[in-house]
Amino acid sequence: MKCESPPLVTANSTPSIARFENVGLRYGLGPEVLQDVSFKLDPGSFHFLVGPSGAGKSSLLKLLYLAHRPTRGLVHLFGRDISTTPRDELPALRRSIGVVFQDYRLLDHLSTFDNVALPLRVAGIREPDIKRHVRELLAWVGLEKHMEARPPTLSGGQAQRVSIARAVIARPRLLLADEPTGNVDDRMGFRLMHLLEELNKLGTTVVVATHNVSMVKQLGHPVLKLDGGCLTVSPGANAGRQAMEAGGRA
Amino acid sequence: MFSRRTDLPLDKDPLSRFLPWLIAFMVFLAALAQAGLIGLDGMARRWDSGLAAMMTVQIPSDEDGGADEDARRLQRVLNLLSETPGVRHVEVVGQDKVLDLLRPWLGDLESADVPLPRLINVETEPNADVDARVLQQKISRTAPGAQVDDHAVWLARLIDMVRTLEALAGVVLLLILMALAGTVVFTTRTGLTVHHGAIEVLHLTGAHDSYIAKQFAGRAGLMGLKGGAIGLLLAAPTLLGLGQMAGRLEAGMLPGMALPLVGWLSLLVLPAATSVTASLTARITVMRNLRRMI
Repeated sequence: MKCESPPLVTANSTPSIARFENVGLRYGLGPEVLQDVSFKLDPGSFHFLVGPSGAGKSSLLKLLYLAHRPTRGLVHLFGRDISTTPRDELPALRRSIGVVFQDYRLLDHLSTFDNVALPLRVAGIREPDIKRHVRELLAWVGLEKHMEARPPTLSGGQAQRVSIARAVIARPRLLLADEPTGNVDDRMGFRLMHLLEELNKLGTTVVVATHNVSMVKQLGHPVLKLDGGCLTVSPGANAGRQAMEAGGRA
Repeated sequence: MFSRRTDLPLDKDPLSRFLPWLIAFMVFLAALAQAGLIGLDGMARRWDSGLAAMMTVQIPSDEDGGADEDARRLQRVLNLLSETPGVRHVEVVGQDKVLDLLRPWLGDLESADVPLPRLINVETEPNADVDARVLQQKISRTAPGAQVDDHAVWLARLIDMVRTLEALAGVVLLLILMALAGTVVFTTRTGLTVHHGAIEVLHLTGAHDSYIAKQFAGRAGLMGLKGGAIGLLLAAPTLLGLGQMAGRLEAGMLPGMALPLVGWLSLLVLPAATSVTASLTARITVMRNLRRMI
């Protein structure tokens, strides 16, 4: 089956954070899990990524956070063509991307503090600056009392907040969240989503993969919908407001 | 040199707990091989420089002439030797010592029981080219039946054997080094598999391969240093014991077999060398393996 993707609008002169053109992805010799996917993420935008299980949401996110290269098509991130970017230049691009994994992927042997500090240490930031920034952020996400706790001792909501803190500590330009509310109750889910919206207001481009339809409707952000590896883009109720905010920031 | 803080729980790996002991065992063997190499090299050099400058003149007893004739023949040979250019020192071996040398074969003897030859140790100048065959001809004219032995054939064979043993010790040392590197490669690869998830997280947060490799290299270097120190501590008493046993074997012709000070000092380098080898091997292994990831 061939996807009927809408043509990618490229007239907008604003440099995009991410741009996909007819992207296809397959694992090994298997069928294509993504077919002719085309879209772009403007700076400061907020998108939901929805679709049934197995539709390719995680695969699309993996392409965005550079865990895979596309089998075909063009992926541009921060103005760089990923297919032609040398491998040793990818870490610099990854430092501009924060990822909140569905299963958190916290390092169990490290404390909450050290997990959140990881991206800063990787980037070679001085230890006094790391301490200051991590403490501030943990206080912001309400985990200042759990700085020395190990991930296995944290609740699902706490672990998710640690995961979010780790994703945003280095002030990424692009934040990707895979089911960030999947393992927490609705109340905590909305708190986490508001946290992501706060970051978005500070200029971070956000993509949230979710199954939570009510949340998507309630927050009204544009939706990237994947089904059978094909992508359709629909503007959300907030699309106009978002465009204005992005324009204002630009 | 080695950072204590690591993002990967490498010190929790079961294999890395055994690694220092594996390395200790290898360093123990390496220390024995290296000590053997140094000891044998020293022995060959001392033989080469010591015995090459030595000759032995043997004057058989003249049964018809009696003791007086033996003494005259001895004196004539001594005179000849003292006039020979390149001869630094001559020493007549006492009859008691000759009897001592014969005792293992002939049992307790008195000098009157058998006609004992007279032996003269001749020391030549280190760089003098004293031709044993020419000297033999001259001495034969002065004391018929006298023999000059410059130990050349025996010495050459002995040195050949020692050099072969040296090469063998070198090969053993090389094999131990390869085994060490192989062990570190295996342990590092296992670590990469065990910590694949954490490594992926580090990658995705923007870590360069070298950042991850540094953690493995630091850990391997520390294990190498620890194992090297343990191995050396175990090898030291063994070598001291072997040195004492070798000391008891020393005879007049055998040079000292104890490990010289420089040998002991060179053994101290082993833990550091082990640490550097382990660290570099781990780093190369990680860099090569991570290259397969995007």
